[in-house]
Amino acid sequence: MDGTFDSPAAEPLISVRDLHKWYSGVHALKGVSLDVAPREALGLVGDNGAGKSTLISILSGLVRPDEGEIRVEGRPVVMRNPRDAMELGIETIYQYNSMVPIMSIARNVFIGREPLKWSLGGIGWLDERRMRADSVKAIADVDLHLRSPDALVGELSGGQRQGVAIARAMHFRSKVMILDEPTNHLSVKETAKVIGFVRSLKAQGVTSIFISHNLHHVFACCDRIVAMSLGQVVLDKPMGETSMEEVQDLL
Amino acid sequence: MFLGGQNLRGVLGLLPEVALVAVGVTVLMICGEFDLSVGSVFALMPMTMAVLMVAGWSFWLAVGAGLIVCVAIGLVNGWVTIQFNIPSFITTLGMMFMARSLTVVISGGFPPRLDPAAVPSWLFVGFVGPGGLIRASFLWFLAIAAVVTLLLAKTNLGNWIRATGGFLPAAQAMGIPTARVKIACFVLCSVLAGFAGMLQVLRLGSPLPSIGIGMELQAVAAAVIGGTSLFGGIGSVIGGIIGALLIRVIDNGMVLSQVDSNWFQFAVGALTILAVVGNAWLRKRGRAMKVET
Repeated sequence: MDGTFDSPAAEPLISVRDLHKWYSGVHALKGVSLDVAPREALGLVGDNGAGKSTLISILSGLVRPDEGEIRVEGRPVVMRNPRDAMELGIETIYQYNSMVPIMSIARNVFIGREPLKWSLGGIGWLDERRMRADSVKAIADVDLHLRSPDALVGELSGGQRQGVAIARAMHFRSKVMILDEPTNHLSVKETAKVIGFVRSLKAQGVTSIFISHNLHHVFACCDRIVAMSLGQVVLDKPMGETSMEEVQDLL
Repeated sequence: MFLGGQNLRGVLGLLPEVALVAVGVTVLMICGEFDLSVGSVFALMPMTMAVLMVAGWSFWLAVGAGLIVCVAIGLVNGWVTIQFNIPSFITTLGMMFMARSLTVVISGGFPPRLDPAAVPSWLFVGFVGPGGLIRASFLWFLAIAAVVTLLLAKTNLGNWIRATGGFLPAAQAMGIPTARVKIACFVLCSVLAGFAGMLQVLRLGSPLPSIGIGMELQAVAAAVIGGTSLFGGIGSVIGGIIGALLIRVIDNGMVLSQVDSNWFQFAVGALTILAVVGNAWLRKRGRAMKVET
């Protein structure tokens, strides 16, 4: 766009350099560097304790790194909380943690980013009609069909919940969607549906980072695979240049 | 008998005081926390006010100072609970003893007298309406309850309160300032308890250091009878008010029917357990009725 279109690799959307994190004496991240290109579907794999959750917590603003630099679209950024990450267009979808079961779908879609009719010092009157209408549209856009935006999230199946979380991220035009083990504990049919969601992200111009310890799921929807072990990146290859066996051996 | 003017007047005089405490406790429980210090704050706020008035402060300044004490107690409750990750049950249990002790200490052992001429009683507890059936305190209660109900149901802050109590990790991950939301609820709870205590003292004419003892558990009972979940997220202001009303009606009904008043606590206890069991049963039935989504 700015004269760089002739270079083969576009500027990375997220660029992480030499990230370190200690947790009460444990060196959880030991100098992780990673580039994520726009519209890429990156698969992040690793055993428990490999550091992938720590890396994701840093990228989603939940945890701050002790050392290292994060750039988003070339600019160095400091993310103090999840809000900062969301404002930069980075949205994270967790297996359990992204929905409040006792609240309605419409309220969950807009949690923390409610449309207001008027407000005073940040507190204001909810625009409930818009919340309902927009959540219905957002959910239909990801090809999910639900009875009513007033149904409680707790009544949905695990796959439907992931669908609503993805619809929410799409509605807020996230540039990067981080999916943290979204296929855990899902039935085969629902897993296929979630993998379908991830595939469709690319078509809609969204970059995704897909975390899983199931290599079949990662190989089914990613362009590139990054494997972590003991706090370091041990493999970083395009999907075509590696195989499930090679990744398996490294973990 | 129950609907007799004199009796209704009595019930409606006491109800706003108990119900305001229940409103605050209900909101805090929806946010996922407890406050056992409300009964003590109920006594401390008017005592602070009365002591300052004896020292020559004007009524309004003394009320302001009393409410600031309530805000401070709410802030301490919330800050300690969150900063040190302590169950609020414990934090506020400690505060219950501390605030009660402070109340007795500042009273100097015997209750100060309120000068009737210096207090605009009519504004808070004066009789209004047909036949002097209700007091101004009832109108204060209605207005405050309406504001809190709308706050909880119709604003983004209400959404955050419910999400914080409903499922804390999700609320945090979605960028809700959960610590500030909880502290705001602690403060609201303390302020409502203190204001309710002031209403009672203005009604009685003199602050006693012993008022509000046992009120914290009655308020929790009212919230639970009204359908508030002990695990946070679920509940409503109107439910808490209905719970408080039921407790008042039971109390009053027992007096009127000349049942030994020592059975009152038994009745409140039984009703609380019944309400929780009933709620659990209804929820189970609701799940069984679930249709395809």
